[in-house]
Amino acid sequence: MASEKALASQGKKPVIEVDRLTAGYGDNIVLEDVSLEVFLGEILVILGESGCGKSTLMKQMIGIYQPFAGQVLINGININTEDEMEQGRLRRHIGVAFQAGALFGSMTLGENVSLPLQEYTDLPEEEIDRIVRMKLGMVNLGGYENHLPEELSGGMQKRAGLARAMALDPRVLFFDEPSAGLDPVTAAELDILIKSINAGMGITMVVVTHELQSIFNIAHRVIMLDKEARGLIAEGDPRELQKHSEDPRVHNFFNRLPSRLKARKI
Amino acid sequence: MAEPSERGPEFTLEVEGDKGKAVRLRISGHLSLDNLLPLRSELESALSRMIPADLTVDLAGLSYVDSAAALALLDLKDEAERQSIPCSFANASEKTRGVMGLIDPEAVSMAPLRPEAQPQDVFTQIGDETRLLWKDFCDLQSFLGDLLLALVFCFRHPGSVRWLDVLFYMKRAGADALPILSLMSIGTGAVIAFLSALQLKLVGATIYVAALIAIAVVQELGPMLTAILVSGRSSSAFAAEIGTMMVKEEVDALVAFGFDPLRFLAVPKLLATVVVLPLLTLYSMLFCIVGGFLVGVYLLDFTVYTYINETMKNIMLFDLGSSLVKSVVFAVVVASIGCQRGFQVRGGAEAVGTMTTSAVVTSLFLVVLVECIFAIVLHYVRPA
Repeated sequence: MASEKALASQGKKPVIEVDRLTAGYGDNIVLEDVSLEVFLGEILVILGESGCGKSTLMKQMIGIYQPFAGQVLINGININTEDEMEQGRLRRHIGVAFQAGALFGSMTLGENVSLPLQEYTDLPEEEIDRIVRMKLGMVNLGGYENHLPEELSGGMQKRAGLARAMALDPRVLFFDEPSAGLDPVTAAELDILIKSINAGMGITMVVVTHELQSIFNIAHRVIMLDKEARGLIAEGDPRELQKHSEDPRVHNFFNRLPSRLKARKI
Repeated sequence: MAEPSERGPEFTLEVEGDKGKAVRLRISGHLSLDNLLPLRSELESALSRMIPADLTVDLAGLSYVDSAAALALLDLKDEAERQSIPCSFANASEKTRGVMGLIDPEAVSMAPLRPEAQPQDVFTQIGDETRLLWKDFCDLQSFLGDLLLALVFCFRHPGSVRWLDVLFYMKRAGADALPILSLMSIGTGAVIAFLSALQLKLVGATIYVAALIAIAVVQELGPMLTAILVSGRSSSAFAAEIGTMMVKEEVDALVAFGFDPLRFLAVPKLLATVVVLPLLTLYSMLFCIVGGFLVGVYLLDFTVYTYINETMKNIMLFDLGSSLVKSVVFAVVVASIGCQRGFQVRGGAEAVGTMTTSAVVTSLFLVVLVECIFAIVLHYVRPA
């Protein structure tokens, strides 16, 4: 595990480049002049307290919102490129596993997972069915293709969302709070799944979370955002940051310590 | 023997060895969803053509393998072993082995835990629909009973009613509906005046246009038109609002706080609709008559006095009263159905859409049914 500079100096190739990004909602600037790189095959965890802009940064990386300034490049291509063909090709290589799965409620799990395959490929139904069963098997949901999302637990829905996100074998996979709302055992199982997919398929992953256990389980590298700084305040190996960071915000976060102000209020 | 076989710039398959003996398949390049079908076809073709005694798949030249392609390679191994041909992979990179390791062959071949839903025969469908219809009817009765109890409680404890919400929904269901209601009513009045004038002109009875419009509008069209509009605007809005609250567990939160969701959510909507629908009905009647008046005065050459006089002569206080009573019943139907359908939402966004549609369709059906019942009853009780 290493910092961004160290990874770059090792000749690692950046897959995602966030270049002087300023973003927010309406007149509210959440992130200001943020720059970072995500390298091929790594699991980068974005962390920070609620409201610091973790999800905003991820949504900017996915291209859901337009930035106020700056740009996000994936494999050197601007995610907000106006060339529709190029954007289509780019999006095919991006998968997103949303916080609550975001499965389409009117479709079975099989139909949910097969949707991107039907839209982006010309494969025959039989082939798509096999791939769908394989993807569901990868997330330990083999045999559930005819179930509706509402019939599954929260953890199963998240795994099914992951299967759908992986349907096209993306090169980059984004996770929004993968272990939020899950019991510790299910969360740990999901962490193992994320790690095994990363190791097995070499997919570059960006994970937004503030679950400490998950961070230590899966992160190759973390970046920490801060609300007041409107950007990055720390970057590196989570264990190193926990032990050696001199920034009180980073220290408090990794050691679950409330800030003085909050402690006094309590 | 080497038989090179090019499949575009992405992958190359070379077959080494003789038919019926040990065969080595050398695959190199990029294997992904984009060339999955040619890959499968080439692998199957090589296996059936060579019928090897022993098959080795050499993966040394692969630059990229996605999971779908890895599945195709594993399928080749399965197929070879099914034909009693020993098959092995050689020189697979760590990455290729990693992708293959993620695939659970059992999951791919396993039968679904639940069989795919099969279309039902007509009789089963009719039976199911009848059962659902009956259940829906019972649920509606039960809901109306609960709503009545909630209303009784509110009348006994007026302070418990959320009056600000009542005012809010009066604005939403009432004031906000005025522009579209004006347009619909003037248009309807004008169209009836036109159509009836064409027929009445034939018998020289154009003078009765004003009377026809007055009677039609006050007895039937005013309340119906308004009820249909409120069904489309407000019943659907009530269903969608409460339905979304159901999905987001907001209704559960109300119950957890010890609030009665009916008193909290349904009663203000019902009271607001009961107040505004009769007012909207009067407004609609007025604008229908204005529509007829404009056609009568400007196109049919009535004088203003004649048209107003003919209209006033034909508006009976009994008809006006019965229409207002009818509009109160319509209000109860429209608001209750909207709320009930909202509370029936289970699941997600699709259920909200389904129930919103159902709210409009059911309330329109019941409005027409109530209209029929009123028409029959009023026929017998209307003073001569």
